[in-house]
Amino acid sequence: MTELLQIIFDALSLGSLYALGALGIALIFGVMRLVNFAHGDFIAFCVFAMLWPSINAAAIIFAGNLPFYLLVPLLLLVGAALSMLSEVIVFRRFRNANPATMMIASFALGFAIRNLLLMLYSSRPKSIDLWPSLSLPVELWGARIPMLQVVTIAITLAVLAALTLFLKRTRYGLEMRAAADNFTMARMLGVRANSVILLAFAISGMMAAAIGLILATNSGTADIGMGANVMLIAFIATVIGGLGSLPGAVAAGFLIGGASVVFQATLPHDARVFRDAFVYGAVIVVLLLRPQGLFAPKSAKQRV
Amino acid sequence: MSQRGSVMRRTIVTPLVLIVVLVAIAALSHQFGSRAFNRTVVEMFINIMVVVGLYVFVGNSGLLSFGHISFMCLGAYMTAWLTIPPMMKSVTLKGLPAWLLHTQIPMWAATPISGMSAALFALIIGRVIMQLSGIAASIATFGLLGVVNNVYSNWDSVTGGQGSIVGIPPTMNVWLGWLGAAAAIAIAYLYSISRSGLALRATRDEAVAASASGIDIVRERLIAFVVSAFIIGLAGALYAHFLSIVNPGAFYLRTTFITLSMLVVGGMYSLTGAVAGVVVISALIEMFRDLERGVILGGLTIAIPNGVQEIVIGIITIVILMFLPSGLTRNRELSWSGWPLQRRLTQPVQTALKESN
Repeated sequence: MTELLQIIFDALSLGSLYALGALGIALIFGVMRLVNFAHGDFIAFCVFAMLWPSINAAAIIFAGNLPFYLLVPLLLLVGAALSMLSEVIVFRRFRNANPATMMIASFALGFAIRNLLLMLYSSRPKSIDLWPSLSLPVELWGARIPMLQVVTIAITLAVLAALTLFLKRTRYGLEMRAAADNFTMARMLGVRANSVILLAFAISGMMAAAIGLILATNSGTADIGMGANVMLIAFIATVIGGLGSLPGAVAAGFLIGGASVVFQATLPHDARVFRDAFVYGAVIVVLLLRPQGLFAPKSAKQRV
Repeated sequence: MSQRGSVMRRTIVTPLVLIVVLVAIAALSHQFGSRAFNRTVVEMFINIMVVVGLYVFVGNSGLLSFGHISFMCLGAYMTAWLTIPPMMKSVTLKGLPAWLLHTQIPMWAATPISGMSAALFALIIGRVIMQLSGIAASIATFGLLGVVNNVYSNWDSVTGGQGSIVGIPPTMNVWLGWLGAAAAIAIAYLYSISRSGLALRATRDEAVAASASGIDIVRERLIAFVVSAFIIGLAGALYAHFLSIVNPGAFYLRTTFITLSMLVVGGMYSLTGAVAGVVVISALIEMFRDLERGVILGGLTIAIPNGVQEIVIGIITIVILMFLPSGLTRNRELSWSGWPLQRRLTQPVQTALKESN
């Protein structure tokens, strides 16, 4: 029973991470058909923003020393600013380009950001000790669950609830949903394209920062490639969930998180390093059955 | 059939000129170049193979692929398994099946086998990926890159894990590199004038009209995917012989990005563009390598920090996409009649349905 509870919490916390990542991608995809390959590098950038640039092995903690009620808003701001900046400088010029062009542009941007970090901080992973108290376990129904998992799940649920409220109850949320459904029509009905897209980028950037904080706390290291693994799965989640569907992205994120944890718990020891390969295998089976994704929105049907 | 002949007569100049230009580069470098310069040229020829292979799929189908470097990985490791002396394999790669562990075949036989194995893998995985719609397929190819890298970095007993496998015979030289590049160009050209190539470009320019004319999009995309995987598998094999070591890190995001940006800079939809992009970016990379080593300016050695090269290539790619989305060649091909560059295809008409593929 306690073992089962442990697995459930593992699955939920890993799924939360993937769901947040997938949501950040799906939001931007919804409003401008851009698959943002730079998202993973936004995550890494937010983590490294806590450190002072140096190529020494030891990390010089800079902003990371702030108390959490200042650090969290600061990082969210960094994420939002980076994301909005990339929209203003780069992606705005690709509004009318085809999706393939935008994908390469975002890939190029991500590559440039990653190498900028590499230049400033070197490729060595650096240890960064944020909030050690969060790794202590708490007693829940007889199982010992790391505090961080509980916090991660709580944060994700709060973000999901806030985003749902925002999308369903506010004017900007309405505009964003309209833009995601049919961008041209929404513009003709008076939705300001630039502000809606900028807002989507800001929210997506804040989610990247949140993922960065959770990852850094969890692993205790800052690594240039740390965003890449989460992003890979988050991308897959957006495809399985049905491109352009926000609930689909979240559901698929949790689904893949759950599948990973179940594979981790049930695979024989030798095969565990291939856990991800097994997860992708399961993904392929899902796509064979439903090529359009599990929750394909009506607006995303292929018109051929 | 007679029409095919006329297509060939009008366009055969493109591959011939490209191959002749490359033979000139090979001869000059063989005659006058230093050892280091020769290695740079060989690397460029291998990159031409990769980018031309990428062009076969991306250029003809209009779909982006982030996963083709995994075929390079497959080809390189297959070559390593086939050509490393059994003595060394039994020490470092214990997990190989016995028949593979005890064979050693020469390069000329191992290279085509490596290409075929990559093509076979593409056929299997492509059946799933090509079912997806355009953007989803591109993301799925990115997943493919991740899976192959994950498996090859962790399967210690067969691939040596994160470390390198050593002992591949270093039998590459400029002429073999040229031969590989010429073969890649020839295959890509023959594919692009074949029935499948023409059909696939029709689906790229006007998907609805093409499928209304009876073209099976999934099938044509799959054919291009397999052909391009074969070329890139060959390139991977030659790359393994060039470095004489392989490790999974060499076939991941960096290579994917550099080859994609070579294709973009040259012009995504043109064979000439693929080759030109490689030459331009290779020259740029070589220049930055020198700068990173340091230049002497009035007694002072000034070296730019590592990473600048990648940042600059990233920025160049974005700028080219912004201002010259059809690349340096404007998607045109070399030919006589419209000397020097002729637009092979008239610009497709922009229609309302375009945005959705």
